[in-house]
Amino acid sequence: MYRKSLGMAVAISFWFVQNIFAHTLFISPPATGEEINKIVADAEEGDTVLFRSGHYFVNNIIIQKSIYLKGENSPVLDGHGKYQIISIESNDVIVDGFKLINTGLSDMFEFSAIRIVNSRRVSIKNNILENVFFGVYCLNVSQSSISNNRIKSNSIHELQSGNGIHCWKSDSLHIFNNYISGQRDGIYFEFVTNSFIERNISEKNLRYGLHFMFSQYNNYSHNIFSNNGAGVAVMFSHHVTMYKNIFAENRGESSYGILMKEIRDSKVEKNYFTKNSIGILMEGTSRINVENNTFESNGWAFKIQASCEDIMISANRFFGNTFDVATNGTLVLNKFSGNYWDKYEGYDLNKDGIGDVPYRPVSMYSMITEKIPYSIMLFRSFMVMLLEKTEKIIPSLTPIDLKDDHPLMKPPEL
Amino acid sequence: MLKIFKYVFLDIIRNKIVLLYTLALLIISLSMFNISESPEKAIISLLNIELIVLPLICGVFSTIYVYNSSEFIELLVAQPLRRVAIFRSILFGLVAALSFAFLIGLGIPLLIYSPDSTGFIFLLSGVALTACFTAFALVAAVYTKDKAKGIGVTILLWFYFTLIYDGLVLFILFQFGDYPLEKYMIGLSCMNPIDLVRILLLLKIDSAAIMGYTGAIFKDFFGSGMGTIISGSVLLFWFVLPAWLAIRKFRRKDL
Amino acid sequence: MIKVENLTKKFGKLTVLDDVNLHLTGRGCISLIGPNASGKTTLIKSVLGLVVPDSGRILIKGSDIQGDWKYRKDIGYMPQIGRYPDNMTIGQLFKMLIDIRQSTWEQCDKELMDLFEIDKIRTKRLGTLSGGTRQKISAVLAFLFNPDILILDEPTAGLDPVACEILKEKMILEIQRGKLILITSHVLSDLDELVSEVIFLQDGKINFHKSFDQLRKDTGEERLSRAIAKVMGYKGHAQNI
Repeated sequence: MYRKSLGMAVAISFWFVQNIFAHTLFISPPATGEEINKIVADAEEGDTVLFRSGHYFVNNIIIQKSIYLKGENSPVLDGHGKYQIISIESNDVIVDGFKLINTGLSDMFEFSAIRIVNSRRVSIKNNILENVFFGVYCLNVSQSSISNNRIKSNSIHELQSGNGIHCWKSDSLHIFNNYISGQRDGIYFEFVTNSFIERNISEKNLRYGLHFMFSQYNNYSHNIFSNNGAGVAVMFSHHVTMYKNIFAENRGESSYGILMKEIRDSKVEKNYFTKNSIGILMEGTSRINVENNTFESNGWAFKIQASCEDIMISANRFFGNTFDVATNGTLVLNKFSGNYWDKYEGYDLNKDGIGDVPYRPVSMYSMITEKIPYSIMLFRSFMVMLLEKTEKIIPSLTPIDLKDDHPLMKPPEL
Repeated sequence: MLKIFKYVFLDIIRNKIVLLYTLALLIISLSMFNISESPEKAIISLLNIELIVLPLICGVFSTIYVYNSSEFIELLVAQPLRRVAIFRSILFGLVAALSFAFLIGLGIPLLIYSPDSTGFIFLLSGVALTACFTAFALVAAVYTKDKAKGIGVTILLWFYFTLIYDGLVLFILFQFGDYPLEKYMIGLSCMNPIDLVRILLLLKIDSAAIMGYTGAIFKDFFGSGMGTIISGSVLLFWFVLPAWLAIRKFRRKDL
Repeated sequence: MIKVENLTKKFGKLTVLDDVNLHLTGRGCISLIGPNASGKTTLIKSVLGLVVPDSGRILIKGSDIQGDWKYRKDIGYMPQIGRYPDNMTIGQLFKMLIDIRQSTWEQCDKELMDLFEIDKIRTKRLGTLSGGTRQKISAVLAFLFNPDILILDEPTAGLDPVACEILKEKMILEIQRGKLILITSHVLSDLDELVSEVIFLQDGKINFHKSFDQLRKDTGEERLSRAIAKVMGYKGHAQNI
């Protein structure tokens, strides 16, 4: 947080000083791509280039100076379906208020609406991106923000689509208030550190709403990830904080709210998981706090593989999930405590709000369906009900140690 | 035929047991909806009533009704009426009256608390199960002379369809779980009306889990338009087959 | 009116009717008599189409009843035990049968109904009625549609003496009107004044079929019950030799 704020403060003061001496250059229709490129190339450090409202066909506007690219009433920059639209290769650039459409599509080159390379203090804001291959593409970018953009494509095949906001080897990014839909991955992070992803909506993307790898010390909060092909994947990272996000309706075979793979020392708090095939899937994960989350109407609220350890699951609320918890082994190195489970049938004689008998959240039939997927067909049948009751009395298939010793009688207030 | 149907229907809906059945359904479902945090959870509880209690009550009640009406049926047969018409009137009278009871008992609470497609399918499949198990009951009643035996056969059929069949399927699954059984699973679920109804409802209630697991085979099949037509036809078949068997026997039965 | 040809019916191994031939012409009261399990009820039920015979055929008014159902409009049937849907009222039961017979209230024979004072209990549910009252209802129903043939199975059983007399008078009236009444009864003394022909059934076979006058002559007994007792006793004695 500190590093990011500092970066922003520097950027703002820099602009303030520059603007006193800066000029404004105007571009109006029917300017051609070459004319635009020439004007941009001729601009001096600190200048503002203002695009009048209109439709421009452009071929990769390359920005190598710190200029302010401003659109008046969302001028359209059209890449003709052949080209990249804007490339930023300088520090201190702002792109504000454009409508960027029709980038090229290629197997060889990752055409983007806006490509930022080796830059600092860049701000991309208030743009509309439609029918783009990659939306905003960051390579080695730091102290920059991407905000209030709307990125929407209608990709059908994963191979012919790019990511909405793609960040590689970057630091201190602030990505907020964006809407991303119909891309391959909504937001893609690889080797990104110290960044914030906040209040974005990422939905109906072909693969992940958020795809997150080898990225440490990041924080994402208040985002909505829904209806994505496979949900959200957070992998091979540590010190990640996930706070107050909504993960909804990520359905399908191997689709989940979040997949957490090889994650350590992270927090998952106050998130809301609903109507996902799997709420959270954890593999090879350690030292995670899962607290105060709500799991409602998921197929499996929580799948925790035996390869996880020191996961603390507490004060969460589980409602109306088909299965609460599933696991693939009998070894339990994780702790469930003080959660609310709507399926809990115990009692509370001393009235302290905590059930007097432990709750075992792993149902026998979820173990059976794990082994024999088709047996889901018999779920909720009379026979399965009888088997479940028997298992509750004499556990044989379910891990004995996987239990919540302090199940709450009422859902905790959030 | 409509004439007798009307009287049989009116007779049955005023039957004490049927009134009790309606009232019990009404009280249970209303209290379920009031106690549960969400309508979905209440529907899951009501699912057990629809899949277990309903077939048993419809079956046993219909069997007893037919035996208790044997003198009345005799009187009707002695009138200038076709036997088939008499039998159909009784069958449809039973189905209509029991469905009516079910629709009042569960339909009203569902309309209040869960007026969506899940509730609609729930009601429709309840009516389908009522029809199937009434028809089963008539088979039992027509083929056996003795009342106790007839009720026994009905309970046995109920037991088979609610428990034994599923046990057999689970056994098959455990034995052949490693083979690609997808298509056979659909076939197997069609061979038991209760299973079929349960799967149709699972697709609504537990859709997130079902989508996540079986390669969505059930969703693909039962969720599609063709699947809906097929599952509807299969349920109809489970009514028509026993009804046909019972009528065939009744036509030449000595009363 | 009723012709039975080579009628055979078996229930499992038990032969209940064994090659029965019968020809009932014209009018009058014909009493079907026989010991228990002699096949009386089965014979009646065959005529009504309640029991499907194994072989042989039955002709009513000259046409075979096999596969036919319309012929039953000419028959009024009073069963041995009348039980009706519990929750139907008496009025509804009559209305239903009038519906079925495609008749109207005006066309119906309401004499017996008036005599039994059924009108007063029209709104009572059938489930609440006593055995005797149900028997009265059955009787009323049998006569209600003015059928040419009346088949009464133990009509007087369970009726009080007054009702019994009313019913007998009604039967006499109907005989005078030219109806054919086929009646089975254990209480033979009831029948003396009505019976014109007697059919004696034993072990599924017709032992004899003769007019009451002939029977009186043959046995030298005035009363039907004694005549029958004599027949049965004689037979029994003969078998013992």
